[in-house]
Amino acid sequence: MEHLNNKQKILITAALIIGLFILLLVLEQFLPSSSMLFVVLKKGAIYALVVVSMNLLNGFTGLFSLGQAGFMLIGAYTYAIFTIPVEARPMVYQYFNGGIVKFTLPVIPAIILAGIVTAIFAYLIGLPVLRLKSDYLAIATLGFAEIIRAFFQWDKLGPITNGSNLLKLYPVFHSVIFPFTVAGICIAIIVLLINSSYGRAFKAIRDDEIAAEAMGINLAHHKQISFTISSFFAGIGGALLAMFQTTVQASAFRATMTYEILLIVVIGGIGSVTGSCLASFLFIACSEWWLRFLDNTTYIGSFKVPLLATGFRKVFFAVVIMIIVLFYNRGIMGTNEFSLDALIEFFRKRFSKRRKEDSAT
Amino acid sequence: MTDIVLQLENLTMQFGGVVAVDNLSLEVKQDKITALIGPNGAGKTTAFNCITGVYEPTNGCVYFYGEAIVSNRPRGRMKKLYAGENINANRKIVSHTPDEITKMGIARTFQNIRLFKSLTVFENVLVAKHMRMKQNVFTATFRLNYKEEKRIRQECLDLLEEQGLLHLRNEMAGSLPYGLQRRLEIARALATEPKLLLLDEPAAGMNPQETQDLADFIVRTKDKYNLTVFLIEHHMDLVMRISDHIYVLDFGKLIAHGTPEEVQNNQRVIDAYLGVAEDA
Repeated sequence: MEHLNNKQKILITAALIIGLFILLLVLEQFLPSSSMLFVVLKKGAIYALVVVSMNLLNGFTGLFSLGQAGFMLIGAYTYAIFTIPVEARPMVYQYFNGGIVKFTLPVIPAIILAGIVTAIFAYLIGLPVLRLKSDYLAIATLGFAEIIRAFFQWDKLGPITNGSNLLKLYPVFHSVIFPFTVAGICIAIIVLLINSSYGRAFKAIRDDEIAAEAMGINLAHHKQISFTISSFFAGIGGALLAMFQTTVQASAFRATMTYEILLIVVIGGIGSVTGSCLASFLFIACSEWWLRFLDNTTYIGSFKVPLLATGFRKVFFAVVIMIIVLFYNRGIMGTNEFSLDALIEFFRKRFSKRRKEDSAT
Repeated sequence: MTDIVLQLENLTMQFGGVVAVDNLSLEVKQDKITALIGPNGAGKTTAFNCITGVYEPTNGCVYFYGEAIVSNRPRGRMKKLYAGENINANRKIVSHTPDEITKMGIARTFQNIRLFKSLTVFENVLVAKHMRMKQNVFTATFRLNYKEEKRIRQECLDLLEEQGLLHLRNEMAGSLPYGLQRRLEIARALATEPKLLLLDEPAAGMNPQETQDLADFIVRTKDKYNLTVFLIEHHMDLVMRISDHIYVLDFGKLIAHGTPEEVQNNQRVIDAYLGVAEDA
């Protein structure tokens, strides 16, 4: 088989995407909507978006930032605040006289607004923070994420954020198609950015800051762009997560969430978009579904299986990350991307090997 | 005046109490190859870093086509510590980041090669064109700049072809052999469309044959792109062969300058390189 030309590639990719959506639609018809599969697919798609946005920063620009959970929180809150129906507000903001926001936005503008508000926050935080490098940047962004969390729980902001109480009753999605579409579009935009001239500049900064600067790339400007765009999509991811969870509370967006996302980035391969997507679904499937049994006390006959208790799942993930860092530190995909060419090449090698073996025997 | 591309005036760089470059003044003339030589630790690379904005000099000026691109006088803590000469209290302060200086038309290579190792050869050159493009993030992401992008790609392909690197364009820059990495670094510097090219020890780690080739390559490149070249080098045969004018630094101070013959016969230069006998 010859190498595919561009037109064929685009056609095949489009066909695959349409096929995926049809498959999802069909699954929704036949499986009960409470099926674990849909939980995994919905949360996996949301995480894929957030992980790819973090990878844009950590993997492609070389900025080790740990503020993702904080930015997701801003996105989630912005979405929730602006979409709670006016008639439901007195109930949600029961301690704050119905809050001060007296209007409601439609879902899609609210999601975009969530991204924009997050990007504005990120821009302001980026101004001082991006002067720092490596570990210091990580610590500073982590600190800011915690500050954001505390800030949103502040009592004085209650009329807007409902203090430390839940935000609820805003519109949510039921179909798995919605998060897939939104996350898909966002990831596509990130991929386009990475493959553009700016993406090359980001990678240049990752490889060698001094050389990048000597080639006329303004470091401060480009880091700021990368940071802001990454946060924009983290904000959208936060909005989707809010829809998925049906309620939002600032205390859920802890640093552990950032570590979870970072873990997925590392498992998928730092600097690989497809690796990130793959790893998000794998991770979510494991943590929400396949490895649930680790958290339950189990009896085989009258024998109580040792160690299995609430929280043991986390121990398992800790071991996984250690194994990956020690023995497999490039992750699933390394910096490679999953592509049709590579797939065809892979199968061709397999088949030609088998053919050789056949002819040998 | 117009034929002076780069002029350093009383340039002093002091790190704490150490004066790395001391009151250095020199001129680089249009279309000429000027060399800066000196023993290890003489302050040559520091001088380069001051010109390209990596360091802010403690005192002195750098003019590029008559315009001050770097200018400073001892300030703050340095006011007390300053050990150099020629403090001009009225000197205005001009400071640019390296990317702005590259944009003005000064390109450089590095002593220890600094390529973007995980990018391909082609991408390395494309990165250098990034700042010359009129796009913004939005138009670049949604490919509204495709005409410009296409033109830039063609320019880079042409450049690679001229430099004899076209067949390697899809290789990772980090996987190239040493000599080709040097070539690529120069090609990348040329892609920024410079008027002045600063080469920091381009022949470091090369054998005599490779050095010979490099010398021809530099002269050829200079003529083709109408460049002015300012280089730091340790290989004396290379310097003597291609330079029009040589400046010699020792312990941060300019000890001699002139044509290659003049410098070769200068007693102070010989002393600096070979050392002076105790009883002499």
